Amino acid sequence: MEELKNTCLHDKHVDLGAKMSPFGGFDMPIEYSGIKDEHNAVRSACGVFDVSHMGEIFVSGPDAEKYVNHIFTNDITDAPYGKIYYGIMCYPNGGSVDDLLVYAMGEGRYLLVVNASNIDKDYAWIVEQSAGYDVVIDNQSDYYGQVAVQGPKSEEVVERVLGLTVGDLAFYIFKEIEVEGETIIVSRTGYTGEDGFELYGSHTYINKVWDVLIASGEAVPCGLGCRDTLRFEVALPLYGHELSDEITPLEAGLGIFVKLDKEEFIGKNALAEQKALGLKKKIVGIELLDRAIPRAGYPIEVEGEEMGVVTTGYHCLSVDKSVCMALIEARYSALETPVEVRIRKKTFAGKVVKKKFYQKNYKK
Amino acid sequence: MSKVIEGIKYADSHEWVKVEGNIGLIGISDYAQHSLGDIVYVDLPSEGEEISKGEEFGAVESVKAASDLYSPVSGTIIEINSALEGEPELINQDAYENWLIKVELADPSELDSLLDAAEYEKVCE
Repeated sequence: MEELKNTCLHDKHVDLGAKMSPFGGFDMPIEYSGIKDEHNAVRSACGVFDVSHMGEIFVSGPDAEKYVNHIFTNDITDAPYGKIYYGIMCYPNGGSVDDLLVYAMGEGRYLLVVNASNIDKDYAWIVEQSAGYDVVIDNQSDYYGQVAVQGPKSEEVVERVLGLTVGDLAFYIFKEIEVEGETIIVSRTGYTGEDGFELYGSHTYINKVWDVLIASGEAVPCGLGCRDTLRFEVALPLYGHELSDEITPLEAGLGIFVKLDKEEFIGKNALAEQKALGLKKKIVGIELLDRAIPRAGYPIEVEGEEMGVVTTGYHCLSVDKSVCMALIEARYSALETPVEVRIRKKTFAGKVVKKKFYQKNYKK
Repeated sequence: MSKVIEGIKYADSHEWVKVEGNIGLIGISDYAQHSLGDIVYVDLPSEGEEISKGEEFGAVESVKAASDLYSPVSGTIIEINSALEGEPELINQDAYENWLIKVELADPSELDSLLDAAEYEKVCE
């Protein structure tokens, strides 16, 4: 097995008494005070996450716009400086390489922010596909540390505690700020369904930011445990669960980020065909009538036959219900369709519901 | 850190049994509740069911994971702790006060193979 990597904040998590666990090749904090407390802090006030494990890959050069459009399902044509796009990189068969954010850095330069577990795979993919394009691909994942400040009070906390002006940033917009001799990137983005910001900078700067936020007592340290419950409740996909090499973005319900009217991109033909023929399976929400908890990998059954599988499930913290997202045969995906989830030795009755279990609270 | 108390027997799978006559109360250890984190659901069997030593009889679930329960003894379940249905977090508050099931022991000699407090403490190190 490959050795676990540490983020630049690793020792701080250990000092704070976090429960640590491997995630995406990194030894990451899962929880500090407890998932429920941390989850509620983000929904009601402000939490800070170490997300330095995420990957940062720059694409630049004369063909950069054309090339990013080639490997990305969303359309970045004529992207103004400061704009961020969510989308997917697909294989020719439509399966997903990864989901990512593309930051338009100006002058034909783009920052691709990818999942930690996929950094090596993505970098190799991006390099491999670039043959014939005049681009420079630069993996800066080891340089950048990253924290996410999330929750309804994050704007106030980032401005007052960190002294950064961010009130001018709209949703999915970033800017670069000169601070302490370096250029940091601050974006109004996140993975919690709440308003919030993500800050990218050197390890030194990110350590300072972390220390100041924790010392202020105004941002609760939050681990990956609540990052998952928060993103789950607002139906944001996690690669390896709701998206994978076997799950296309259309099946994941991410069609609005797949611009089939774009001239070309890898996977376009397969996705266009999938759309034309109709989906065979898709990601849905399921609510159980019981408190038993549907976990990833548990089978979904209809009349005793396996028709799908749970991709993520919890006893939802913001709404007192046992719910899951599941990949299910499309003919059972209509709202209110009765299904059963097999949990250990028993099956539990449930029904298909909207997969957004909690309303997002973005500041747009 | 986590608490190990005297006077009860432990299984290395982190359940405990407290014996009074031929009745055993079964729960999970403080170490187990601490490792799990916030407990949100307890899946228990029905009263009257027979269980064997080492057999899975249910699960305790925290926000992030399900952990199977293995019976440290054989016997008949005579009561389940119904308070846990509405308040599973009681186990986080006191794992030794809040037992899961009450069992009429089939073979008290099985207790000899379980761990005492000092032995169990080593398992948790």
